[in-house]
This record gives sequence, structure tokens and C-alpha cells, in this order.
Amino acid sequence: MKLGRIRTPWWHRALERLIALFASSAILAVVAIGIFVFREAWPLLVDDDALTDQGGLSSLFRPQLWPGYDEPLHVWQPVGFPGKLDVIPLVVGTLKITGLTMAIAIPLGVGGAVFLSEVAPRRLREWVKPAVELLAAVPSVVVGFFVLAILAGGVQRAFDLTYRLNAFVAAIGLAFAVVPVVLTITEDALRTVPRELVEASLALGARRWQTTLGVTLPAAMPGIAAAVVLGFGRAIGETMIVLMASGNAPVMGLDPTSSARTLTATIAAELGEVTPGSDHWRVLFLLGALLFVVTFALNELGRWVVLRLRRKLRAEDVAPISGTTRRAPAAAEVAP
Amino acid sequence: MRVALVCVIGLFACAGATRRAERNAAHTVTLRGSDTMVVLCQRWAQAFREARPDLSVQVGGGGSGVGIAALLNGTTDLAAASRDVEPSELDGLRERGGAPIVLRVAVDALAVYVHEDNALPSLDVASLRALYRGRATHWSDVGRSDASRVVLYGRENSSGTYVYFKEHVLDRFDFAAETQSLPGTAAVIQAVRHDPKGIGYGGFGFAHGVRLVPIAPTRGEPAVVPDERTAIDGSYPLARFLYLVLSDAPTGATRDLVTWVLSDEGQAEVAGAGFFPLPAEVREAERAKLEASAADPADSIEASAADPADSIEASR
Repeated sequence: MKLGRIRTPWWHRALERLIALFASSAILAVVAIGIFVFREAWPLLVDDDALTDQGGLSSLFRPQLWPGYDEPLHVWQPVGFPGKLDVIPLVVGTLKITGLTMAIAIPLGVGGAVFLSEVAPRRLREWVKPAVELLAAVPSVVVGFFVLAILAGGVQRAFDLTYRLNAFVAAIGLAFAVVPVVLTITEDALRTVPRELVEASLALGARRWQTTLGVTLPAAMPGIAAAVVLGFGRAIGETMIVLMASGNAPVMGLDPTSSARTLTATIAAELGEVTPGSDHWRVLFLLGALLFVVTFALNELGRWVVLRLRRKLRAEDVAPISGTTRRAPAAAEVAP
Repeated sequence: MRVALVCVIGLFACAGATRRAERNAAHTVTLRGSDTMVVLCQRWAQAFREARPDLSVQVGGGGSGVGIAALLNGTTDLAAASRDVEPSELDGLRERGGAPIVLRVAVDALAVYVHEDNALPSLDVASLRALYRGRATHWSDVGRSDASRVVLYGRENSSGTYVYFKEHVLDRFDFAAETQSLPGTAAVIQAVRHDPKGIGYGGFGFAHGVRLVPIAPTRGEPAVVPDERTAIDGSYPLARFLYLVLSDAPTGATRDLVTWVLSDEGQAEVAGAGFFPLPAEVREAERAKLEASAADPADSIEASAADPADSIEASR
């Protein structure tokens, strides 16, 4: 029995352990961060005396008639007399900026990817794609500074806006970070579409653009969905650009030319000076927990969409066409 | 043998620790409190070290309340405060057995900035409040012919200036939700400089490329141009004193530091931090306060009795 076995050197096993440790450290880090964030927010959810000054946990989400106001409103002014912690303006601000960002980034990212993979000559593609990927590597503080110092003034003059720093300008800045994510993932998805599908379409007499719209894009849908979801996650979690470019005013309402204050920017701006253990401190951690849950859910949603669409594509469309041999994956590997 | 060795090492360790504690007690002064004053305190610390290389000053922020709380706990020698010390805080300090001293050390004035092309002649405090509460939203509401919307610039809520403005200008009401929060006075000035519709507030010393608006205490009264004289004589409505708070009559290095702060060299640092030096008569009054505390024999006895405890705290 022992004769047939090749003895693994001890350091192979040691290395395996080490690599497993590295791999699991990422999971450990995520779990530790989650526990830390939730632990600080937890008393808000379970203690009866949390937020009693403003009417319990539900007061975080409900308009109130604060002293000095004419009507019940959602107000985020945590430092005041009294402090007012209503997170709705921050949620609205986040969704406003993220929505605008996606409205810019999806057409640009998907369109750019279609151009690169379907239309552009190879030489051009080899220049443009690394350039776009380089854009993703620009530190967000640099993007934010560029938007703050140069772009905001230009946009204000071009559209005659009241506010120089506003949700629209912040969304343009965020698009710098999100377009590369959407574009590269979409481009990868388009290029892994089985070649038989494209060739079959062309052989049947479809034009190039008909093939792109009717065959390639639908086939790449799981990848595009993943690109959009990951781009959305990047947009909702991005801090520095919105902190510098959005004006940070906790405005209710969806006017894109007004200012907005996001969850991330609020945490970044306020956590440094808040008394640990106070309601304000716990609410900031609750916002962090909310971001944690949302991005986690988005990732899961993205994965689920990808799996479901891919399975559908394989089982119903690809398998009958390519017959019994199921050569699609191999062809995809050979294609590039 | 081994026991002896341990004893010897222990002895050396003890001696070292005591010596270190003594050195700290004699040569380090801790100063904590107001974030508004952190830059000023750091300038003082640096300049004081040049004047007295044998002494060093440790500066910390956290806010006026934090500084006074630290004074109550005995974890700092001096507290910096950019607001009045509250009676309850003074009572707390007296209960600790000291005779607390509140020294005025500089004058801070909040300026209101607008764009250089903004023709707004002046503002009274009530109009300024209406603007920042969002009750007046257009320039025509505050006496300018221009009908454009006012763009409000302010500070993050972690800033002491934000709280001061909210308390003294807004009468403890909230800022309008549209107020854009910027990370510092320099950012506010930068924003107002490029925005003909903008208005902002912040320290005096930083204002370049913007116009300072004269402020009237109430409607009908003459507006006061913000400058050093009006800030100091109290006619400018948005001026305040900055304070250093002592829990008891100061001794040793602490005494040297506060005396130096009130000297010409100490006051020379004030302007560099964006504040105004004390007027001569206020400076005399504060000096007299210090001397009186030292001359009072009861106080000095108390002070020396409290000294060992202080040195222990300082060495921590």
C-alpha cells in the first residue's frame, strides 16, 4: 500500500494550510466587520430606552413635528437642540445619487462594451480597454477633487444650475468609478458568448447589428446583469466622491440639481466627532449595517440572476441547437 | 542570589519610574478642549517650547465640554473652551476643592462671507437667521434687488463653528436642509468665492477673495463692519471670547504657560491662528486675576497640597 503512494513533502502540506488560512482570512474579516458594525447598532434595536428623546426606533423613519417647524418633516440634524435623527433624507439622497449614476453608467458601460467587443477594430480595443481599466484604478479622492475643482463649475455654467455641488455632478463623478466596472464585466460577458450562436445567426442571413441585438446581447444577459449589480454596489458604497461633490445637504426630494447627503458621506463626516455610545453614534453604525446588508444582498441577487439566466440559456437555448455533444463551453474557450 | 537580582532590578525600575514621573510633572503641561482652539493651542505649544525648551505642552482636542470634563477628572492641567463655562461646571470644579479660574485668552469673531460682486450692503442678525433657517430663500428677501436663490454654505455638524452659529445666530433652531456642508472654513470661502449666489460663515483670519458682510445686532441699528476693533470692543454681534480654564491656582509649568499666553509673545501667536489678541485692558484684568490667585495664601496652600495628585495624573 505504501509503495504506490508518492510521499508529499511536509512543506507542501504546510503551504496548503497557509493558503487555506489566507483564503479564510477574507471570510473572517467580513464576519468580524459585520459583527463589529452590528454590535454597535444592536442596542438601538433591542433597548427600550434607545432614542426615547425622539420617540423610539420608529422615529428614525417617520416625519415628526419638531420644535420650530411648521409641519411634520423628515429631518437629519443630529447636532442640535434637540438633535434630530431621521435617516429618510439620507436614504433618499443615496438612492437619488445612485439612481442617477446608474442612468449614466449603464448606457455608457454597456454601449462601450458592445462597441469594443462587436465593432471596434482589434488594435483600438487593445488600447481602449486597458485605458478604461486604468480609470477604475484612479483613487476616488482624485476623481472627487477633479469634480469639485473643475467639473462642477463647468456643469453649473452649462446647465445654469443654482447649486454648484449637487446630486447630478456627484453622479457624473461616481460614473467615473462605475463605468469601468460595468464596461469590463459586460465586455467579458459579450466575448464569452458561444461562437456557434453568432455564426448560426450570421449564417441564417442576419446582419451584424441584428446578430448583436438579437443574439449576442441576450446571450450575454447574465454577465450584463452581474455588471449592473456590481456597478450599483460600487455606487452605493462609494464615499469620497460623493463627500466632495454632492454638497452633503440632507435634502428630501428627488430633484437631481439639488444637493444630496448619502449614507456613506454621513458616516465619514460625522463618526469622527460623535460621542461613543450615544444615540447618534449607534444610528451611524445602524446606517453602516444597512449599507452592509444592502451590498451583501445586491451581490447575492447578482449571483442568483447570473445562475438563473445562465441555466436557462444553457438548458433551453444552447443545448437543443448544439445537439448532444454540448460543445459550447469548449468552443468559448477556444474562441479567443 | 536570584531574589537579590530581582530586588535590584525592581529598585532600578522604581527609581526610573519615579524619575520619569517627576520629569513629567515638572516639564509637561497638558491642554485639552475646544476644537476651534486646537490650532491656536498648538501654535502656543510650539512657540512656548522655543521660549522655554525645558518645558513641553501636550495639546488635545475633543471639544470644550470634553476639555472641562477632563479638568474635572484631573486628566488635564488646562482646558481650552470656546464657550462660556457653565455654572454647573464651575460648581463641579469647586467641589473638587479648587478655586477655578477662567481666563479670557483671545477673541474669536465669526464673519459672514458673500461673493465679491454681491452688492448686499448689510445684514441684521434676524435676516441672517431667516436665511439660514430657510425662511428667506431669495436675495430679494434680504434687501438685494437680485431675485436669485440664496445658496447657503455651512460646516459639518462635527465643527464647533457649526454649533456656535446654531446657538447664537439661529437661536438653537435648525439649519435649512439645503445648507451645503463643507469640511472646513477654507472650503466655505473657496465655495463662496466662486458662487455669486452664495453665502457662508467662518473665522475672520481666513477670508480672502470674499466680501465680509457688515452685521447689525438688530434691525434698524447700524451695521457693524467686522474688523479687529469692533470684534474686540463687543460692538460686532458675532464675536466671543476664547478661554483657558484652570481647576485651581496654577503652579510650576502650568503657571509659566498661562502667564506666557497673556504676554506679548503669547498674544502674537493669536493672530496667526485666525483670532484676535486680547485688548490691553482685558489682558491686564486677566493678569490681575492670575496674580490674585497666587497672592491668596489659602489658595497657594491648597495648590501645593493638590500638587502630588496632579503629578500622578500627569505621569499617566
